[in-house]
Amino acid sequence: MSTYGHVFVKNNQYKLKGAFHHLTPNTPIRNADDDWKLLGVTNPRDMTYIHSYGGEAVFFESLSKGKLLATRCDNTGCDSKGTIYIPFRIHCPDCLGKNRAIDLTDVAKKTARIHTFMVCERSGAFNMLDKPIKFINIEFDGVATILMSYLSLGEPAFGMKVVPIFKTSGPTFTILDLSWVPEGTKKEQLPEGFSF
Amino acid sequence: MITFSKQQLKIPQLQRPVYLVTAGQSKFDRAFPDKRTEELCIDAFTMAAHLLDMSPAELKKYIHTCYYGHFADHFGDQLLGESVIHDRLGLDPLGNVGVKTGGATGGSTLWEGLKAVASGYSDCVLVMGWERMDEVPTDEGNFLISCAADKDWEAPLGHIYTGYYAVMAQRYWQIFGKSEDSFRRTLAEISVKHHGYARFNPFAQSPMKITVEDVLKSPVVAYPLRALDCCLMSVGAACTILCDEDTALKLTKNSKNKPLRIWVAAGSHTLRPADRRDMDIPLLPNETADQYKDLGKRFPGGDRYPGFTGFLAARMAAYYGYGMAGIADPMEDLDVIELHDAFTISDVQTYEDIGLRPYGYGRDYVESGDCYHINPHTGKPGKLPSNLSGGLIGCMHSVGATGIMQTFEIATHLWNRWEEFHGDEMLWKKFDRKKPKDWTNLQVVGAKRGMAISHAGVGSHVTSTILMDPDHLIKKDA
Ligand SMILES: [Zn+2]
Repeated sequence: MSTYGHVFVKNNQYKLKGAFHHLTPNTPIRNADDDWKLLGVTNPRDMTYIHSYGGEAVFFESLSKGKLLATRCDNTGCDSKGTIYIPFRIHCPDCLGKNRAIDLTDVAKKTARIHTFMVCERSGAFNMLDKPIKFINIEFDGVATILMSYLSLGEPAFGMKVVPIFKTSGPTFTILDLSWVPEGTKKEQLPEGFSF
Repeated sequence: MITFSKQQLKIPQLQRPVYLVTAGQSKFDRAFPDKRTEELCIDAFTMAAHLLDMSPAELKKYIHTCYYGHFADHFGDQLLGESVIHDRLGLDPLGNVGVKTGGATGGSTLWEGLKAVASGYSDCVLVMGWERMDEVPTDEGNFLISCAADKDWEAPLGHIYTGYYAVMAQRYWQIFGKSEDSFRRTLAEISVKHHGYARFNPFAQSPMKITVEDVLKSPVVAYPLRALDCCLMSVGAACTILCDEDTALKLTKNSKNKPLRIWVAAGSHTLRPADRRDMDIPLLPNETADQYKDLGKRFPGGDRYPGFTGFLAARMAAYYGYGMAGIADPMEDLDVIELHDAFTISDVQTYEDIGLRPYGYGRDYVESGDCYHINPHTGKPGKLPSNLSGGLIGCMHSVGATGIMQTFEIATHLWNRWEEFHGDEMLWKKFDRKKPKDWTNLQVVGAKRGMAISHAGVGSHVTSTILMDPDHLIKKDA
């Protein structure tokens, strides 16, 4: 019997429960064109990694609560003071001071628009999104950077206004909990588990 | 807005001249079920020795340190693969180091080797690169490649690198290509050219005689990019030997290889395109600030630099490289180039980043016929032929080896030995490939100076490798 690996932290130590790997036997690779001589073996492997979000954890937790966080450098001695970053940057890339987390949800709802996009018919192994994937890169007023995400409804276009949606029901606590829909989309149209 | 300090913009200075004396490579293919990586590396090294009319054992006596380019440990499922190769080449106990910078790994490995010789640490170094990309099925391979994107912010989005990349292509296509059919055809022409040149290269994995229509009818990967717009996934190895002047003269005593001067420079930019901040366009010697003043007017939306349309890392690699080697105008000063054509559209973007054309006008390098061995419009030699190897689209993209393969190609032109290494019947037979009846000698006649651009993914790392015949330097004290 196997269960998924689960982890929690107690006294600053990882505590592990369940199976973190599953055994599958090797099999030989043989040459059908040469008397089935041995060429190699398969090496099956299935593992679960234990990954810390560190100072970005608050960003991923906030998505599950319907909030989009960015960060800003407030260091008065920094040439880039006031610059707003999303992706969330824990430290300012210029002065390396600790940035302040700010709530960008309202700015996103009012000013988000598509800078560029791509409709991708293919995916790699372990993909969890429906295909085709509509990649979008989003500009916001007053933000220095251009966030990459995906559009859940409609067809993307340059300059198109979009609003964020959040997987508040059954969140994955990954970047997939943040998605976007065209401005004016009705609540009933949202994909399962998502809300504005 | 990002600005650069004077210290950061310093033109790099080598402590002494560095020479490339030989190079070699294995056959490139999608899979080698019957060969270990070390066998391919030994093929490449043996070829490099033979070009000097030496045995591998003789050549090894000169090597002092080794630089190994091997990007994806997880593809080959072997950490410290460099150490395996180093031992199998019989080069212990010499110092060696592994270099990893994504698609630019080959170029970065040359960069490290160059600095070792230039500093005087070593008089002669081995620069070797390889990649093993056939140990997983293509889907899993795409997953592994996507691990080169930010694992929290990008990779979960489909685990498909093309998607992270192609958003940039889309922006370029709409802003600078104006979504024109004519531009789409120009992109297709690049694929036709590279698969076509690959037909004359026995090392190449994907020789094809195709038309623009074939490219336009190939399956969509991420619109407007189609299957035939994309580079290959490959297995193979390539190497070169770099040394100081004295060693170069000794090693080439019995060889047709003339020692070639080499410079390598590098630039970088954010792993996530999402993190790019605006800045003024850093200028190359053949550009002025004035020419970009109204870029946004000429190409609405094109005023945000580097935005998602320019590769700052390529621009900086060119800036440092041109400064070191004294190149004032790459179209005038260079005779042959190999570019990192991961996709047809990134080939065009690179023309602008490295100053073959101003920003916004990259397509003209193809449309003018300048990029061809023989310009199809004039029937005369192209002004600056590119990717005569077939490039990443037609020849290979065995990541750690790619930048070194490009450098091998440039060197064969400068040695005037291209025909020998591409036309030899024995080589075609050895690789179990059929030499086409219309095989054509793509030697660039009289080539004295060339360059190779090695580029990682969305532009996180880019290197420029410049080679020159030492009797045809631009800057005497370079
Ligand atoms: Zn700061």
